[in-house]
Amino acid sequence: MAVSGLIFIGFVLTHMYGNLKAFAGEESFNEYAHHLRTIGEPMLPESGLLWVIRLVLIVSLVVHVSSALILARRAGAARTVKYAVKKNKHSSISSRTMRWGGLTILVFLVWHLLNFTIVKVNPSGGETDNPYQLMVDTFDLWWMTLIYLAAMAALALHLHHGTFSAMQTLGWTNSAAARTRARTAGWVLAIVIAGGFSLVPIFVLLGVID
Amino acid sequence: MRLTLKIWRQENASAQGALQTYDLDGISADMSFLEMLDVLNEKLQGEGQEPVAFDHDCREGICGTCSLMINGEAHGPEVTTTCQLHMRSFNDGDTITIEPWRADAFPVVRDLIVDRSAFDRIIQSGGFISANTGSAPEANSVPAPRDKAMRAFNVATCIGCGACVAACPNGSASLFMGAKITHLGELPQGQPERYSRVVDMVAQHDHEGFGGCTNIGECASACPKEIPLDVISQLNKDLRDAMRMGL
Repeated sequence: MAVSGLIFIGFVLTHMYGNLKAFAGEESFNEYAHHLRTIGEPMLPESGLLWVIRLVLIVSLVVHVSSALILARRAGAARTVKYAVKKNKHSSISSRTMRWGGLTILVFLVWHLLNFTIVKVNPSGGETDNPYQLMVDTFDLWWMTLIYLAAMAALALHLHHGTFSAMQTLGWTNSAAARTRARTAGWVLAIVIAGGFSLVPIFVLLGVID
Repeated sequence: MRLTLKIWRQENASAQGALQTYDLDGISADMSFLEMLDVLNEKLQGEGQEPVAFDHDCREGICGTCSLMINGEAHGPEVTTTCQLHMRSFNDGDTITIEPWRADAFPVVRDLIVDRSAFDRIIQSGGFISANTGSAPEANSVPAPRDKAMRAFNVATCIGCGACVAACPNGSASLFMGAKITHLGELPQGQPERYSRVVDMVAQHDHEGFGGCTNIGECASACPKEIPLDVISQLNKDLRDAMRMGL
């Protein structure tokens, strides 16, 4: 769970950086998208590295989701009679919404891949072969932007607790100071990653990127 | 003080339980929570009813026998055990819901009493050190660094009451296990079994049917002895080291 989570953190951080290329204009963005497919050529075949990364991500997803299912099933079996009254005293909302938040991100992920990778659905009916135009057409629709921003809110919550929890699971937080650092890392990653991702759709909707 | 109590009543382990409501008057703010229940039981006995069964022993906050989920909080609203909780933490006219610890690894024996012998079996699986009996060895012959000794002493305050399990949304006993693993693992005497200890205790914990830890942190806030969350990190670190050794 923790290791696959850290792989995802590395991925979303890189993905977010790549998306910011949208601010550099159409040519720069499309050049970056194309370059992802030609990294390592001619040593590697076309899309070679991309497929290696995709494979690592798919394996991580399987590991991450199956660990979550095992944990959820164990938690369900550990307390079959529920409390009539139960208070949550000091735990964060993010820590208590990991399962539903994770499911939200998973559902979003299916749409996101259909939208930009597998089928390249252009909700405004425009062209689909130009990554930059596909992105602008998508986020020009206010409700698409809203869906993406909602997904980023779920991602922020997931990262906030997930970062801390991964460090705790890996045994890196053996003192109060280390624990505080891990919690801070959760805040920073949540804000930087979800915030960074959100900039592009917001600025498309505002007409800054078009 | 006048109180309305909603108390879980259950005849035995296999019987169906339910919350029952009792009105209680004449409670002093200086009574402990358990003394308030004593007053209720005297009243019930006077009326020819079965008294409410609850666990208690030392009544000075050190034995870990008392439990009770009070208004959804393990050991009630203060950071202490139920026996050291006083009625001044409540207001006149309050409704107080009292339930047993809820975990399938802690089956209800009767009313508010649960069977916590799962903790004993976890301790038996690895929460010990091997030491020769007989006369005590010279204390200074085994040096322990001060910071490690302090950490060991701080987490050795765990009284095994089970509040961590009761508060955990996953029903995990990781804080309890982590406290034992950290306490014994920080001291020289705990080193010989250090890595087999963590493997055996975690295996027993899972076998007992406790849930897995997702680091939510409700356990540490419910703990009457304020065991910090870093003992779970220590547990994970020792487990990682043990796995690397092939245990």
